[in-house]
Amino acid sequence: MYVAVKGGERAIENAHDWLAEERRGDVSVAELTVAQIREQLALAVNRVMAEGSLYDPDLAALAIKQSRGDLIEAIFLIRAYRTTLPRLGLSEPVDTGAMAVDRRVSATFKDLPGGQVLGPTFDYTHRLLDFALAAEGLEPAAAPEGTPREEPVPHVTEFLDREGLIQPEAESDATPPDLTREPLKLPAGRPLRLQALSRGDEGFVLGMAYSTQRGYGRNHPFVGELRIGKVAVEMEVPELGFAVEIGEVTVTECETVNQFTGSKTEPPQFTRGYGLVFGQTERKAISMALVDRALRWAELGEDNVGAPAQDEEFVLYHSDNIQASGFLEHIKLPHYVDFQSELELIRKLRREAGQATRQEAAE
Amino acid sequence: MSDYNFAYLDEQTKRMIRRAILKGLAIPGYQVPFASREMPMPYGWGTGGVQVSAATLTPDDTLKVIDQGADDTTNAVSIRKFFEKTAKVAVTERTAEATIIQTRHRIPEEDLTEDQILVYQVPIPEPLRFLEPSEVETRKMHALEEYGLMHVKLYEDIARHGEISTAYAYPVKVEDRYVMDPSPIPKFDNPKLEMAGIQLFGAGREQRIYALPPYTRVVSLDFEDHPFERTRAQEDCGLCGAGDSYLDEVIMDDAGARMFVCSDTDYCRARREAGHRGAMAGEGEAFA
Repeated sequence: MYVAVKGGERAIENAHDWLAEERRGDVSVAELTVAQIREQLALAVNRVMAEGSLYDPDLAALAIKQSRGDLIEAIFLIRAYRTTLPRLGLSEPVDTGAMAVDRRVSATFKDLPGGQVLGPTFDYTHRLLDFALAAEGLEPAAAPEGTPREEPVPHVTEFLDREGLIQPEAESDATPPDLTREPLKLPAGRPLRLQALSRGDEGFVLGMAYSTQRGYGRNHPFVGELRIGKVAVEMEVPELGFAVEIGEVTVTECETVNQFTGSKTEPPQFTRGYGLVFGQTERKAISMALVDRALRWAELGEDNVGAPAQDEEFVLYHSDNIQASGFLEHIKLPHYVDFQSELELIRKLRREAGQATRQEAAE
Repeated sequence: MSDYNFAYLDEQTKRMIRRAILKGLAIPGYQVPFASREMPMPYGWGTGGVQVSAATLTPDDTLKVIDQGADDTTNAVSIRKFFEKTAKVAVTERTAEATIIQTRHRIPEEDLTEDQILVYQVPIPEPLRFLEPSEVETRKMHALEEYGLMHVKLYEDIARHGEISTAYAYPVKVEDRYVMDPSPIPKFDNPKLEMAGIQLFGAGREQRIYALPPYTRVVSLDFEDHPFERTRAQEDCGLCGAGDSYLDEVIMDDAGARMFVCSDTDYCRARREAGHRGAMAGEGEAFA
């Protein structure tokens, strides 16, 4: 005998209790602290801040703890929190030229003012599992320290700009649009595209960028410069009438220099792709710069070769991992009403097809 | 962060959503873009419907939430609890008692009144999406009232299968102007889209709101020689005996024995309370 399925409420509560237990894991193993995650899983924290669009290492670390290390889930927690926060005002644009760089490399010039600064990078590590790390309590030796450079580190593209070799960017004092406050409208324009890419899924943006390198909308990029470090955030306080520093954030900035042989509307010159992402997130920043450049085909008078990375609508509508994972995973919710109507339809079509076949056989 | 605003969303956001709703009501069937917010439940779980409900609820409202017609499906339970917690409104499972009903995939069997609002959760608001993937293109098609592609699709269905092979999310034309997706309700529900209540459709991820004012003319697309057909399982409800309700098919055992029951759990309950008995309802059995 059929018993109506009740008890959804209890099932949910029990599932939540079980989830909390699983999150904690074996209680004989010490619990992770938020500070430990913030300090020792800093790159995960950075990704959550970048794609969550909220610069707060402690909250990002908490989200990672709560999500059991599922970074997209952590990003979702941050986004859902961020959306409830009041907007107090807008900061001044950050000046990345005045960045206190921890890392700054250029692939286009061997040496340059400000020098090549490797910083804390995996680039030249050998990817050998370090079994010594499995033993706890071994503190690494202190890294040697140098004297930080006093003067600002100039942008590489400024040198090319001075010679007129690189396409100048139009300056604007307009307040950039914000896709978290306005519905997406197409064509989106570059500022909105950059916002979407900056908070887009790292894997998606990486895949799109990689596709341009493999020939789907190739744009010959060089990493003109990649820099990571702290920048001051300034805000104009109405009572004061001038901008004051309210804090600092670590960002990764990538400017690509792209070969460009000219088009119907533009002379031969170098062109740029731009990436700017919260935290030390250089894979994402480089990917962003490549996709940004690919999306600029129209303003540069290039051909649209039909590559996915050239399609603004395709890229912007599919880069957000919270939208994507939500819609993807919702198919596990009940669909039995729809499915029932499909069942009726398929049965009917089969019945009719069967009758038609029998009729033909009889004729 | 201990206290959230009434019905979770801040007043600015609710005002923005209400403007979109009013615009939607003024242009029935037109998809109004709105700045959808990230909600504390995932996209695909009804974030559009939740935002519309949040912007529509007042403290005096009585809310009912259904998913697949049922009040006790897990996501319906979850959304109902969300509003119980954030808006502290009264909730009910009885269709007639509710002032706002949020639904996923069904229209209640019982006719709604002028005092009721039905809020739909919408996954893909664009009826032309699977014919034309580009939003830029489909908005242009709506603006120009260019619906030939849809008619060709329906015609091709008939040419191949002898009938229109769309069983749910069956497209409709609103007041002879906009082609609209009624959300994935079974086409059995389509005739009920012409009703006394206000109908609001919220698509969170796709950032669209659209609406049907009371008594709006809503016509399911068809051809003169292949008129729209309402379908349901050719059975009566095993519990309440209803022969006019939409039925879910429930598999009973490993041998594939099955029974059919009302998908609208409140409708079924009310009928059984009124003494109706289906073929598979036990004598005097309690259906708590």
